[in-house]
Amino acid sequence: MKLQTASRLAIYAVLELSADPEQQLSAAEIGDKFGISTHHLSKVLHTLGRAGLVRSVRGAGGGYVFSGNAKRTTLLDVIELFESVGGRDAGGNEGAVTPEAAALQTVLGEIDELTRATLNSITLSTMHKLIEAGGRSIDKGQGRANTTD
Amino acid sequence: MSETARNFEIRPAEFGDLDQVIALDERITGISKRDYLNDLFERYRTRKPDQRFFYVAETAGRVVGFVVGEIRAWEFGSEPCGWVFAISVDPDEREESVGSALLDQICDRFRQAGVHRLRTMTSRDNHLLMSFFRAHGLMAGPYLQLEKDLT
Repeated sequence: MKLQTASRLAIYAVLELSADPEQQLSAAEIGDKFGISTHHLSKVLHTLGRAGLVRSVRGAGGGYVFSGNAKRTTLLDVIELFESVGGRDAGGNEGAVTPEAAALQTVLGEIDELTRATLNSITLSTMHKLIEAGGRSIDKGQGRANTTD
Repeated sequence: MSETARNFEIRPAEFGDLDQVIALDERITGISKRDYLNDLFERYRTRKPDQRFFYVAETAGRVVGFVVGEIRAWEFGSEPCGWVFAISVDPDEREESVGSALLDQICDRFRQAGVHRLRTMTSRDNHLLMSFFRAHGLMAGPYLQLEKDLT
């Protein structure tokens, strides 16, 4: 599955902000970390703000804070602000309605349902655990690499 | 036996717990499974106690959760692993780590028995349970469940 750019940026942004709900980060600070354009990120943050997942803070030191519930917000919640996931037409249905097209749609529908179920079961809180576990394994990997240098 | 911060006791299920377990399961699933749960208790508390586990969470004499699982070896070609077949928590007692305490308890037993992989199966529509297992680090495994309508 390939996510649209806006969806990926939105996930990065809410993960960064929800890692510490007390912290305020500007679009530029988030953009710098992930190597993404502030202009594009600002549009994404605006959409996240309308959905109540982030809140903008004005004034000096302003920026954005996370305003959602990391234990309840799933990846699907974030992605569906920007694109549909596994919709009825997700596999494309150009051309005539034939038995071949219907059979293909059945298989694609099975994949879509699994995709939706997976994205809908991973909360931001769970993502933080995965990130932490990934970081630990990267550290271990680097540790091993260093010992063989 | 273990006590959590909110004074839940996690302990092996006893025959006297069964009515409360059955009522809790019915409240959550909407289906009465008295015969099935009676049979489950018989099999999981009286036979192969080093491989089959049935625990309840109790507070103030009330059963507020339960977990059932067992070690299975070489099914579908899989090396021995611990399966969790059922885990339920009273909706009024959620957000208090009862489910986590139950899962931790059965995982400890699996580890003590030399098993280092946990498996379960859940309906993909059951977002609550899916999210619970995901939050405890369970990921998609190497097997896919397949089925066919035989009517």
